Amino acid sequence: MLSYLLRKLLLSIPVLFGVTVIVFGIAHAMPGDAVLAMITAEAPSSEALIAMRRGELGLDQPLYVQYLNWIGQILHGNLGRSFVNGRSVGDIIGERLPMTLELMGVALLVAFIIGTTLGVISALRQYRLTDYSLTLGGFVGVSIPDFFMGLLLVYVFALELRWLPSSGISTAGDSFSLVDNLRHLILPAAALALFRAAIFMRYARAGMLEVLNQDYMRTARAKGLRPSTITLRHGLRNALIPLVTVFGLTLPTLFGGSVVIETIFQWPGIGLMFIDAVVNRDSPVIMGYVLITAIIVMLANLATDLAYSVLDPRVSYD
Amino acid sequence: MMGADALAIDGTAKWIGQQAVLSVQGLSVEFGPRDSSVYAVNDVSFELAEGESLAIVGESGSGKSVTVQTLMGLIRKPPGRVTAGRALFRGRDLLAMPDSDLRQIRGRDIAMIFQDPMSSLNPVLSIGLQLTEALREHQGLNEAEAERQALDMLDLVGIANAPQRMRAFPHQFSGGQLQRIGIAMALVCKPSILIADEPTTALDVTIQAQIVELVVRLQKQLGMAIIWISHDLSLVAGFVDRVAVMYAGSIVEQAPVDELFSATTHPYTIGLLNSIPSLTAANTRLVPIKGAPPNVTLPPTFCAFAPRCDYAEVRCREQRPPLETLGAGHTTACWRWREVARLPRTPAAASSAAPAAAPKQEPLLVVSDLKVHFPIRRGVLKRQVGAVHAVDGVSFEVLRGETLALVGESGCGKSTTGRAVLGLERPSAGSVLFEGRDYAGATGDELKQRRRDMQMVFQNPFGSLNPRMTVGRIIGEGLRAQKIGTRATRDVRVSELLALVGLREALRNRYPFELSGGQRQRVGIARALAANPKFIIADEPISALDVSIQAQIVNLLDDLKARLGLTYLFIGHDLSMIRYLSDRVAVMYLGRIVEIGTTAAVFGSPLHPYTSALLSAIPVPDPKAGGTRRRIVLGGGVPDPSKPPPGCHFHPRCPMATDICTRADPQVRDFGSGVSGQHLVACHHAGDATP
Repeated sequence: MLSYLLRKLLLSIPVLFGVTVIVFGIAHAMPGDAVLAMITAEAPSSEALIAMRRGELGLDQPLYVQYLNWIGQILHGNLGRSFVNGRSVGDIIGERLPMTLELMGVALLVAFIIGTTLGVISALRQYRLTDYSLTLGGFVGVSIPDFFMGLLLVYVFALELRWLPSSGISTAGDSFSLVDNLRHLILPAAALALFRAAIFMRYARAGMLEVLNQDYMRTARAKGLRPSTITLRHGLRNALIPLVTVFGLTLPTLFGGSVVIETIFQWPGIGLMFIDAVVNRDSPVIMGYVLITAIIVMLANLATDLAYSVLDPRVSYD
Repeated sequence: MMGADALAIDGTAKWIGQQAVLSVQGLSVEFGPRDSSVYAVNDVSFELAEGESLAIVGESGSGKSVTVQTLMGLIRKPPGRVTAGRALFRGRDLLAMPDSDLRQIRGRDIAMIFQDPMSSLNPVLSIGLQLTEALREHQGLNEAEAERQALDMLDLVGIANAPQRMRAFPHQFSGGQLQRIGIAMALVCKPSILIADEPTTALDVTIQAQIVELVVRLQKQLGMAIIWISHDLSLVAGFVDRVAVMYAGSIVEQAPVDELFSATTHPYTIGLLNSIPSLTAANTRLVPIKGAPPNVTLPPTFCAFAPRCDYAEVRCREQRPPLETLGAGHTTACWRWREVARLPRTPAAASSAAPAAAPKQEPLLVVSDLKVHFPIRRGVLKRQVGAVHAVDGVSFEVLRGETLALVGESGCGKSTTGRAVLGLERPSAGSVLFEGRDYAGATGDELKQRRRDMQMVFQNPFGSLNPRMTVGRIIGEGLRAQKIGTRATRDVRVSELLALVGLREALRNRYPFELSGGQRQRVGIARALAANPKFIIADEPISALDVSIQAQIVNLLDDLKARLGLTYLFIGHDLSMIRYLSDRVAVMYLGRIVEIGTTAAVFGSPLHPYTSALLSAIPVPDPKAGGTRRRIVLGGGVPDPSKPPPGCHFHPRCPMATDICTRADPQVRDFGSGVSGQHLVACHHAGDATP
């Protein structure tokens, strides 16, 4: 087990290195740069001024030098400074990451619990009204994109019903309170969760149906166990194993989804930061964001592998 | 109140007057929508007395499993539905009671063990949890008490080290051990009826002997009644009191075991008995039942066996024969049973069609010191830390025109040997000479040429045919791959092959799922024969088939050998079949050949103790022989081939092992004579005394 972890971590070094190359390449392939992005009609600049600013930011050096400088910084644990406000990228991300993790974590948890529960119910009621309704609901769920779901929720619950706030993480002016924060969390988390819940439901239903046909389920029934014991202890435990894969695959899509959702709900996480950075061509922030998400996704995949060995005693890593 | 009428009719002499613990009356079960029902069980009635053991014997689809699963409330409804009948357990109708009541009886009063122990235990739960949960459910025991009783039960079924093993998971046990645990799980609440649904079918013959012995011992100890479901008449002959034979959803004959074998009255039972090769009379041609078991989609208004029956007359196709009582406990459902019973037992078989041409003494295949080792890799750098010695120095010859059988338990390396000979597995060492050329480790064109001369027939005709290809394409694919002939000539060849293996031309455009098991295996054989090979490796080609179909396939293989001058390497574990169809036999144990000689010599005077044990474990289709035959039941299972025992690999299980066996590899010695040919044995004690 330990040697497996070690091998995986060693393997992730070249992967991360590859990520830096790609990230750097994309950030610099975008048209324009941070200096040009600052120029607006109201604040025209002379060629000389532009060249000077580029010189200050190091944008006048050959690309490979810029890349090596950046890598050198990273190896010292420094993600560089924002071109826009000069703050350390590490600090900005450190400030905003918890907000995003709160949003994603709650969304993922809610999606998993609701999706799995409904999937199991759907499987147990196969080809009955409950099953058909849930399957239809799931179909609708996977068909609605995040951003549309977000707008829909805002329209219904914030604008029409006025039950919940439509943006931010807390009510402006009030001092921060957890209840207030959670009220603000409900809509963006729901917007992110519904699509994923529908996916989890589909897989949970398929997994459970497969498990229900297994010989050991018949054995469990032959023992005269309670239906709830049979379903949960013998069935769900096995059906969860393939769901772990789906869980692991969902995480990267959540980062993508949270960029959109954070923008709609003005949730001050790293997704919103990323969008601002793209608009401003703030390449250190863009690269920092992608690098951090890549690391988180890799760690999550590792955790998924480990979760397998916990859930399934037949899986052992060596 | 106990259904006394039924008792009077069905109770056997031995059990008359005894309380029936279970009485099934007129049970009918259908599956699927009402307008296209499958009539799985039709009007089935039987009684089970306290402490009695009843075998229900039938082929796949005969309804034997559905019958018992209906009693236990284990069939899915829908699609299943019980259309008639009662099943009285101590006077209470199992079929009429609410599910919550039936649940109380399941596992506590009536328990069940299943066919495949590998899949019938939950892979993610510990053995301890799975053993104790029924106790805690039915008897409300606390964890400690339940654990204590579970440990006692594990002891009783012979699992060593029970306290440690309680925390282990199913994948950490061998098949035989798992079935013992399955039995412990079923018996932990001390039920009064145990239903055993083919519990030994997935196991090796030596392990099968262990499990049968265990169940028989536990039955005496715990005084329970047993319903043993099986497809194997010979197996149950040895230990049950009564046998009910099922065909297409109905019981066709039911009798005390002695009488069923000595005074058989139903043509189907006779057919089943004739399909089993006898261990005593070798080389009489098998008499298969023609055709294949039916799909029971027609209402049971006629005798379902009539299409396959040699004695069928008009009445059989129009009216369903009633179950008639012939004597104490003997009932049969045949219009012509009086005539059938008077017929001689073995019909004059098409007297041994074309005895195989005497093999020329020229080796077609010479395998010397073949080794196939699979590396075990561990650690950060995946260094090789050991190897599974699947095949560990095997040498044999196959003479042109003969059939050499390779036998042994699962895991002994017999299939790997076959695959290595064909080049599907890369040998780690040794040579494989085919017609004098060494092909060991051949690649590319060389291998392609060899594939033309050598083909394989696989074990599972359900898994080894591509489900997306038509029969014609499957058979012709080898020709296409080898670029033999043109499209037109290949088409003609496929037709020839279909005719050769006895399939209708019309099947050419069908897909495998539309065929029966026997037809699929014929397709597998036709595919192997497509490029006109000289040598066929048949890897357990009949073990996935029904008894009555096995005989058809064996006869086909026999005919093809004579007609096409083929040479066979036959890999198998069914020793009675192997005795029937092979010229010489090689017995493998843990990657090595322990004994090889002519079939007559090996079966007649086995010299290796492992061979003797294997032979004694074969069930004999004769209830009387059960008591007199000396059985050698081997302890334990086949050891881990990555850590084979030192010295003679067999010594930990060998009844004759002495000190030298634990230290030195036995030399191969020839005990053959001029008459019997070579008879090589690798045992220190071979020839010392009869084992």
